[in-house]
Amino acid sequence: MRTPPHNLFDKVWAAHAVRELASGQTQLVIGTHLIHEVTSPQAFAMLKDLGLKVAMPHRTFATVDHIVPTDRQTEPFSDPLADAMIKALRKNCAEHGITYFDLASGRQGIVHMVGPEQGITQPGTTIACGDSHTSTHGAFGAIALGIGTSQVRDVLATQTMALGRLKVRRINVEGQLGPGVYAKDVILHLIRTLGVNGGTGYAYEYGGAVFDRFSMEERMTVCNMSIEGGARVGYVNPDETTFAYLKGRPYSPTGAAWDEAVARWRAFASEPGCAYDEVVTIQGADIPPTVTWGINPGQGISITETIPDPAQTKSVDEKAAIVEALAYMKLTAGAPIKGTKIDVAFLGSCTNARLSDFKEVAKYLKGRRVSPGVKAIAVPGSQIVGKLCAELGIDRVFREAGFDWREAGCSMCLAMNPDKLVGDQLCASSSNRNFKGRQGSPTGRTLLMSPLMVAAAAVAGSVADAREVFGVKN
Amino acid sequence: MALAKITSITGPGLAVPGNDIDTDRIIPARFLKAITFDGLGEGLFFDARKAVAAAGQVHPLDDARFRGAKILISGANFGCGSSREHAPQAIQKSGFRAVVAESYAEIFFGNSTTIGLACVSADRADIARLTAAVEANPALEVTVDLVAREIGFGGQTAKLTMRDSARDALVHGRWDPIGELLEGAEAVVATTSKLPYLAVPPK
Ligand code: SF4
Repeated sequence: MRTPPHNLFDKVWAAHAVRELASGQTQLVIGTHLIHEVTSPQAFAMLKDLGLKVAMPHRTFATVDHIVPTDRQTEPFSDPLADAMIKALRKNCAEHGITYFDLASGRQGIVHMVGPEQGITQPGTTIACGDSHTSTHGAFGAIALGIGTSQVRDVLATQTMALGRLKVRRINVEGQLGPGVYAKDVILHLIRTLGVNGGTGYAYEYGGAVFDRFSMEERMTVCNMSIEGGARVGYVNPDETTFAYLKGRPYSPTGAAWDEAVARWRAFASEPGCAYDEVVTIQGADIPPTVTWGINPGQGISITETIPDPAQTKSVDEKAAIVEALAYMKLTAGAPIKGTKIDVAFLGSCTNARLSDFKEVAKYLKGRRVSPGVKAIAVPGSQIVGKLCAELGIDRVFREAGFDWREAGCSMCLAMNPDKLVGDQLCASSSNRNFKGRQGSPTGRTLLMSPLMVAAAAVAGSVADAREVFGVKN
Repeated sequence: MALAKITSITGPGLAVPGNDIDTDRIIPARFLKAITFDGLGEGLFFDARKAVAAAGQVHPLDDARFRGAKILISGANFGCGSSREHAPQAIQKSGFRAVVAESYAEIFFGNSTTIGLACVSADRADIARLTAAVEANPALEVTVDLVAREIGFGGQTAKLTMRDSARDALVHGRWDPIGELLEGAEAVVATTSKLPYLAVPPK
């Protein structure tokens, strides 16, 4: 470790480092292991082949999300492959004594929603999950890592994994965000600015006035997409907002243990004047409502800009990337993105399917109608979010506007379930990936944007400026 | 657990050019609906292959001349996106033993190394030379030599780079860390006992 003062990453790393391995990597303790149905069954099979047991079943938590149908969650699923996967997960959890938030628990949801909701995600901890958006949990001041299946096996078997140390880039967002600009815009703008591989080898530490004011849900939205900028890890230092969120959650400490935990958590925060490998500062006022037009999350523009023209760029690489993206997206260079007709509006995913997302949209959607010809679906990220929305009448607002209101799951974010794009449908989506074919159709097209922009597009029938459609003034 | 020492890989090459090729493209999500990695090879670049075929062309993976290729050649930021190990598994199950690309996304690189799939980097100009040579002669034997840090093909050579920790792991036969992690059991207890949140909660 460098000399003090220390940043959070270095402190959490030091607390969890076991020893240096022959490769020069570190054997790192993973305090919390989250698993789901897609990337765990092969790992359990490997474990069995090696004759090993789960090292810390009480630090391993499971749920089911990717394959769950969202129109009706009841088993057996009509898709036999999906049904085999949920059965395998249940069996593996039972066999190894792992806590499983199943469909009947009322606590099921996208794994990156469940951890925070249950208070399992805590500051100063290490978290791993066989899912790249594990970076979400960094919002609590944890080192949260997406891992592959062989590493899921490693963590199951040893509660550790081998990892090379990351560099830390501090990203300050100062000042204020403009009206109609959200956490989603912050991260889309950052990825556009720093590049889809700008974060390779880095952990991103987010801070500054905008993050200080952000709720936990907003912090999660940003940390979630760190991986789309190439960063393995993204985090925000724990503060009063973090502790207030965790207080009273099922897995949060109580009584005297709570006070001890808060003191411990606080001590993990980056210290004033600590060193970073790099510091980037941007102004909140410079961040526009952002929309992607291409086939990776870095291909974004302001809602008021025009679609890039390959003739306007000198870089050979960029030119090729624009040409490829435009051909796939069937969009016209130089045309405004605003007004592009959409077929589907999807409000969901681990990026933006939390209570605050639905609440904010409902505020503006009330009394408005989804444009005829647009298929609009709203999918809460967890059963708890679904229940809270029902209690607050938010689901009704969406239904009355013409949205299909669904049950919890990953849904159309990646289409391993019945929710898929068809043909070359264009989808305004609050999710995190716009890769070719991501939403289930090999020719399907995705535009990433904030939840309110998705609602604006649904109402307008085309990509629209939510500030205009809804008269957003702040 | 004795693992093979992967010092060099020799075989024909096959190029899938382009930058930012993501793991959704390498193996579309619907092929992940399974509880084993068996049969993943068939899904490799599935949609990209279909799209090329629909355009009346032949994707190299469907081109008989490239059958038996062992070295996959591509561009920058290869394997970005989803952390699915299914991606390197699909590449390996299709017969590839090494990837030569300009650069890699982090998780993909780690996943590949852990299953013994060597991901080496080379300069753009060298990759262009290699691609041209392979396309001119699909039977050409390409050698990725991790020890000499060199790619050899038809009398030409190119420098390869690879993170030392991964290169050493492959060369010394310890690319799968599970054995070493298990050996650390005692040291692990020393660390975990100092982390209060890991204690088993009282019943
Ligand atoms: S919502 Fe999308 S990104 Fe998030 S875990 Fe599910 S599939 Fe992955």
